[in-house]
Amino acid sequence: MAHSVSFSINICEMESDYDQSSRRCRMRDETLDREQINSLQRHCWSDATLKVLSSMPSRTAGLNSAAVISRQDRGSSQLRRPQTASHPHTSRPVQEDFIQEEISTEDAVDDLIGSNFWFIEDNKEQLVANLQGFSVSDGMCKLRAMPLSLADKLEIRRLAFTAVAESSLISRNIPCYRRLSVYISRTWRHCLFSCLSVLSSLQLWHSPMKRLCGRYGTGVLSYFLFLRTLLLFNLLLFVIIGLFLIFPQAIHPPPHDSHLDTLTGLELLTGMGYLSHSLMFYGYYSNTIIKTCRAPDSKPSSTGDQTACNNDVPLVVPYSIPAAYFFTIIIAFFIICIILVYSMSKSFGRSFQVLKSNRNLAAKVFCSWDFKVSKTTSVRLQSEKISTQLKEQLSEMVSGEDKKSCIQQLCRLVVHMTAWVTSLASIVLSASGVHYLSEVTIRHHLLREAELLLLSAVVSGINLLLPSLFNLCAWVEKYDSPGARLYVSIFRNLLLKVSIVGVLCYRWLGKIAVEPEKQGLQCWESFVGQELYRLLLMDFIFTALYTFLGEFIWRLFSEKRLKRNRKPMFDIARNVLELIYGQTLTWLGVLFAPLLPAIQIIKLFVVFYMKKASLTANCQASKKPWRATQMTTLFISLLCFPSFIGAAVSVTYTVWTIKPSSGCGPFRNLTTMTESGYLWDKELKNAHPVLSWLSWVYNSLIENPLFLFLVTGVLLMVIYFHSELVDGQKKIISRLEKQLENEGKDKKFLISKLQEIYEQNGSHG
Amino acid sequence: MGTTASQLGKDLLSEYQELTFLTKQEILLAHKRFSELLSKDERNLPNTRVSMERILTLPELKSNPFRERICHVFSTSDQKNGSLSFEDFLDLLSAFSDSATLEIKSHYAFRIFDFDDDGTLDCGDLEKLVNCLTGETDDTRLTTDEMRQLINNILEESDIDKDGTVNLSEFQHVISRSPDFVSSFKIVL
Repeated sequence: MAHSVSFSINICEMESDYDQSSRRCRMRDETLDREQINSLQRHCWSDATLKVLSSMPSRTAGLNSAAVISRQDRGSSQLRRPQTASHPHTSRPVQEDFIQEEISTEDAVDDLIGSNFWFIEDNKEQLVANLQGFSVSDGMCKLRAMPLSLADKLEIRRLAFTAVAESSLISRNIPCYRRLSVYISRTWRHCLFSCLSVLSSLQLWHSPMKRLCGRYGTGVLSYFLFLRTLLLFNLLLFVIIGLFLIFPQAIHPPPHDSHLDTLTGLELLTGMGYLSHSLMFYGYYSNTIIKTCRAPDSKPSSTGDQTACNNDVPLVVPYSIPAAYFFTIIIAFFIICIILVYSMSKSFGRSFQVLKSNRNLAAKVFCSWDFKVSKTTSVRLQSEKISTQLKEQLSEMVSGEDKKSCIQQLCRLVVHMTAWVTSLASIVLSASGVHYLSEVTIRHHLLREAELLLLSAVVSGINLLLPSLFNLCAWVEKYDSPGARLYVSIFRNLLLKVSIVGVLCYRWLGKIAVEPEKQGLQCWESFVGQELYRLLLMDFIFTALYTFLGEFIWRLFSEKRLKRNRKPMFDIARNVLELIYGQTLTWLGVLFAPLLPAIQIIKLFVVFYMKKASLTANCQASKKPWRATQMTTLFISLLCFPSFIGAAVSVTYTVWTIKPSSGCGPFRNLTTMTESGYLWDKELKNAHPVLSWLSWVYNSLIENPLFLFLVTGVLLMVIYFHSELVDGQKKIISRLEKQLENEGKDKKFLISKLQEIYEQNGSHG
Repeated sequence: MGTTASQLGKDLLSEYQELTFLTKQEILLAHKRFSELLSKDERNLPNTRVSMERILTLPELKSNPFRERICHVFSTSDQKNGSLSFEDFLDLLSAFSDSATLEIKSHYAFRIFDFDDDGTLDCGDLEKLVNCLTGETDDTRLTTDEMRQLINNILEESDIDKDGTVNLSEFQHVISRSPDFVSSFKIVL
């Protein structure tokens, strides 16, 4: 709508008194066109028209308590009377409808809440009558959700629920059998309230995150929320694996040499020595079936391979460690996949906007003020941030089609190309460097402990330095919009990490796993597990170094040398990508080192407090706009793909095709790890007829492809139906929008007709 | 029906818990902070109102550019002076709490932004709103041209029935498109 409004004349002063505003009819510009006359903005409407306008239902929302009503001037208190006069007309038939139709009671109350409920005497009775139709708890919920003042709510509550006042159980009308149920429901509600409040404060790190959010905004909060989500994932993984794999193996330890019982500091870092023969790594796990049987004197004795039990004593379910290893990992991955897909879809739903225009200035103006921020400096910062964003977007719109000169465009192109070439070259160089280093270590059998750390240190160093380079490139390039810049740096960082992890996977699965004897390795799975363990630890150490030294030193540098009072800003995207990288390593390594999730849990715990301390000490709130929900969606999707999908693919590949080492681990003497599944299936059939349903399930689910086809078919159909629904809804939305516009035009037409009639009468009489 | 006696009665506490979105701890904390705003004699009187100036000394509201509008919206006083009783204060905290519904929050946000209390957001309201958002200093305020363009764009995006103002339903429609509103419309003591 192109208003040619000249605001210097028409920006109205605030008058809540309509009598006065009609007198302050301003001189209109002759250049005003017809469209503006049709709008319902304040013009020289007459008194009567203004009163009608102000009492339109769409405008009386929110005037809901007596104080507000009495706030209107004496003169316009007549405003209310036409309503109260007309109101009995509307309320009585409505009320009768409500009494007659029990079914629509809920809708009626919802209508009162949703659309422009205002609180006048008649309405109070109506509301009380409606609420009495509900049970106590439902009624309370509805009452709580109403935008009334607390005093009014208390009054309505007393009126509506005196019959079931909980203070008096001994009431004439409540028969004995109902007393018990009332008592139970009251206790239950009390318990529920107290439980809910306890539960909400039990959420991990609830109060530190509230404080951080207040000071630094929702962008930084989304990082910490992501950290907490990852922690919960790892906890789940650890619990599943611990219960079904680690615990049984821990109580039935396989025989091993005890001469490696010492634990030095370096071994903790490299994972060799004592740790390599512990529960931590694959090599420890035995390929036995644990059978516990009860001797007649009911003392359980556990044995390894041989069964020292009598054959007539029934065996408890034989617990096969190889099968447990295989199925636990597979099922854990499956559960995490489901949870990830679910949270990704929820996140998408939240960030999806049915937008008419791609500019969302209105949402920015209405929703961007963060009321939690209370420090004066933060408030000022927030104002500056909003002002900058608004100005940027406005200038983008105005000068969007600015034609840059050819030379400028060429310059920009050259700068972009250089930046991209630099980043891609650095990524390729670092990937090939890692590959070369890994070849060297393989060829020269570098198994001395300090040298083992070299590869992990190099990888972590690359992960630390190159993202800073990418940030520098992006800063030099001067992108048009901050969103584009952010996405470009995320993409480059992601490419780097994907290529490095890809090279490492090739090294493990393509080189070491295929020919382990060349490297003189008894147990290549333990070795791979140890490499992942080292990578994880090195990553943690380098993060700690960067956080403390890097940010701290940068702050000192910028304060003392550059003499600027600006602290560095917390780079959310980079930190989140580091978390995703660590999680990818954990998922890759869980097959080879089942205790790796525990390490990751400890690491995430420490990283939380470290980052919090560093944030408070060194960083300031970011000035760049941060769309928290879209970013969270992006991060969860990055976690799902490529991180989780990549790990799942490599685990599947390992389990399906690679021959496990014959000297150690639960899968020795098998051609692939999946064989343990078949063997367990056979064993179950022989040993225990009761549990043969499990093997039937296994056969029909996994061996039979028909089941998979069915599931895929159903899924595709569901997706198709949903997409058709969305299409249909879009059509309905556009039709409704047109209808609303027509209604608006009707309204304008009627109001101007009203004004004409009034003017005619005025001029006649 | 409120009380500013030094202890909240148990019945009253559970009533407040049922009718607001606050937990028991939050209500007790609110009671404590409210009592601190009163002088010693006033503490024993029931139903005292605290004047707007004293409410605005609370650190959570002190620097908020919408503080006066918040007080006016939640006040139930007859003299329209923005003074709050304890129950008004609870209303305020409940609307700004974690568990309040989107409808309640958008309803009160609309009333806060409606500077002239006429039930819609027209150009004047929007201009005042933007000035509150961008702050006091001259270099952050928008120029007249920018303001006009901004208001035109806002009306174009959100005024569905094209009457030149944004009413409550249109406001709620805009709010529902922005998922960050619920988390930013919060005040915690």
